[in-house]
Amino acid sequence: MRRSWQGGRGPCRERKRSRVITFDDVTKRYPDGTVAVDHLSLEAPTGEITVFVGPSGCGKTTSLRMINRMIDASEGKILLDGEPVQGIDPPTLRRGIGYVIQQAGLFPHRKIVDNIATVPYLLGWDKKKARTRAMELLERVGLDPVMGERYPFQLSGGQQQRVGVARALAADPPVLLMDEPFSAVDPIVRTSLQDELLRLQSELNKTIVFVTHDIDEAIKLGDRVAVLRVGGKLAQLAAPKTLLSEPADDFVREFLGHDRGIRRLQFISTEGLRLRTDLTVPEGFSGPTDEPWLLVVTPDDRPVGWISRERPDEVEQYGTFVLGRDSMRSALDAALLSPSGCAVAVDEAGKVVGAATREALDEALAEAADG
Amino acid sequence: MASGALVATLLSPVSDGPPTLWEWLGRNWDTGRVDSIKNLLVDHLIMSLVPIFAALVVALPLGLASVRWRWLYQPTAGVFNVIYALPSLPVFMLLIQFSGLSKTTVIVPLTFYGCAVLIPSVVDGLGSVPDHVRQSAVAMGFTPLRRLLQVELPIAVPVVLAGMRVVAVSSISLVSVGALIGQGGLGMLFTRAYQNPFVPPALVGIVLIVLLALVADGLLVLAQRLLTPWVRARRAT
Repeated sequence: MRRSWQGGRGPCRERKRSRVITFDDVTKRYPDGTVAVDHLSLEAPTGEITVFVGPSGCGKTTSLRMINRMIDASEGKILLDGEPVQGIDPPTLRRGIGYVIQQAGLFPHRKIVDNIATVPYLLGWDKKKARTRAMELLERVGLDPVMGERYPFQLSGGQQQRVGVARALAADPPVLLMDEPFSAVDPIVRTSLQDELLRLQSELNKTIVFVTHDIDEAIKLGDRVAVLRVGGKLAQLAAPKTLLSEPADDFVREFLGHDRGIRRLQFISTEGLRLRTDLTVPEGFSGPTDEPWLLVVTPDDRPVGWISRERPDEVEQYGTFVLGRDSMRSALDAALLSPSGCAVAVDEAGKVVGAATREALDEALAEAADG
Repeated sequence: MASGALVATLLSPVSDGPPTLWEWLGRNWDTGRVDSIKNLLVDHLIMSLVPIFAALVVALPLGLASVRWRWLYQPTAGVFNVIYALPSLPVFMLLIQFSGLSKTTVIVPLTFYGCAVLIPSVVDGLGSVPDHVRQSAVAMGFTPLRRLLQVELPIAVPVVLAGMRVVAVSSISLVSVGALIGQGGLGMLFTRAYQNPFVPPALVGIVLIVLLALVADGLLVLAQRLLTPWVRARRAT
C-alpha cells in the first residue's frame, strides 16, 4: 500500500500518551576522546516518524540509544515530553519505549507468542492477558496465528522482523525506536515491511525514531529526516521533499545521490494533470484517425493496450498510474513504458480516466519546478 | 583377556571349580557387608553424583564472574587446568591429611576436575548468546539479574549440558581410582580381582560402571530435550 504524500496522514489524532522527544545540545564523548554525537539539538515530534540517516560513524545509532539510555549522554539533555530521561530508572524507561533492533533480536528459547509478550510480562501483566494481546499483535503485523506457537528459528528473516515490530508494540508504548530494522532482509521483503510500517503508523500514530543508512528508506518513511555527518553533527533536518529540493550543503547533496531530481518527482502530485480523453477507443476499432496512437479499452473502461495508426492489429504495452494518488514519478514511469509516450491515468478502481501526453507531463513538471 | 576365556568363565558349569559370573554376582550382590556389590554401587553413585552437582554449583558463579570480568577467566581456567593435570594419587595423599580415608577425599578432586570442564562450558554457553539478543533484552527493559536468569542462562543451557555430559561420564569412571585409598565404589571390585586373580569382580565392575555412565548420559540428554525444545526446532529447519 502506498501513502499519499500530498495529503499527509490527515490530522494527527490527539493521544494522551503520545510523546515528543527533544535532544537539547546532546554530546556523546567516549573516554578515548572520540566524539560520537556532537552538540545535537532536534525534536522528534509527536505522532511522526523522524529518521536519522547518515554514513557509518555518524552517531545515528548512538543518538537513538541515548533516548532509552542504552548509552548515556555525556553532555546535554534528552527530554521525553519535557522530562529528562537521565532521571528515569533505565529498565522502567525502556519498558515504556518500544525498540526494534536489526536482525529482530528475538529470544530463541521462547515461542513467538511469548517473545511478543516480553514487555507485558516484565510489566507484570497477567499471563493470559499478555498472551491474548500478543496474539492480537501477531495478526496486526500480518502473521498467521499458528506462528505464535513456533520458535524464532522456524520463521524467515522477514517474519522474524514482523515479530520484532509486534514485540515492540506489545505494551502499546507511545514511543518506538527502530535501529536499522529492515536492513538485514532482502529488498522485496524490505519494501513490504516498510509499507507495513507506514500502514501501522497510519493507525497508531506513534512517535517513531528510525535509524537507517539507506537514504531511500529515509525518504520513503520519514515525516522528517535528520541527515547526520561523520562525527555526529547534524547536517540537515527537513521533510523529505525539502531535503531533495533544497539540500543544505554539498555533503547532503552527495549523500542524497545523483538521482535526487528524479526522486523529487515522487513528491509532486499528479492531481490536476491535464489529460486527453479523446484517445480511447473500444476493442476492434479500425476506423480512420489522425492520431498516431490510440488506447484500446474494454467496455468497462479497463485498459487493453495501445494501437498505432500504421498497425492497428498489434496491441502494444501500456503503463498506468492512479490519478491523484500516485506521484509524477509513477506517471513518468508509466509514460516511458508505453510506445506512445503517453501515461494511462486510471482511477482507484483501475478504470481509465484519460491519457497524459508528454506535453502534459512536461507542463506539470515545469509548474512544479516553478512552484 | 581372550574372549574364549571370557565365554568359558561365563558358561562354566556349576561344579567344584571357581564360581561362574552369575553365581558370583548372586552371592555377593547383597551380603549385608559394606563391600557388597549393592553397597559399592551406592557408594559409587554418591561419589560420582556429588561432584557433578558440586562442580555445577561452583562453576556457575565462577563462569558468570569470568564473563562479567574478562580478566578473571584465564587465571581461573588456568588454576583448574593445573589441578586437572595433577595425578590423583598425590592429590589423595594431600587430602588424606584433612579428610582421611573418606568419600570426601574422592569427591573433592572430582569436583575440581568437573569445574575444569564446566567453567569453560558456562563461559562458552553465555558467549553463545547472540549480541542482538542480549541487546534487545536490555532494550526491552530487563534488569540485569532477570536478563541473566530469563534470557542468558536459558540460552546457555545446551552448551552447559554438553559440558555436564562430559563431566558425568568422566566422574563416574574416575571414582574407581579412589580404590587406591579404599574408597573406590565399584572400583573396589578391580582391586579384589587383582588380589586373588579372579575375573568376575572386574567384569561386574566394568559393566556396572559403563551402565551407570550410559544411564547418566541418557538422563542428561533427556533433560536437554525437555529443557530446550527450541534447539530441536532449530535443527528441524
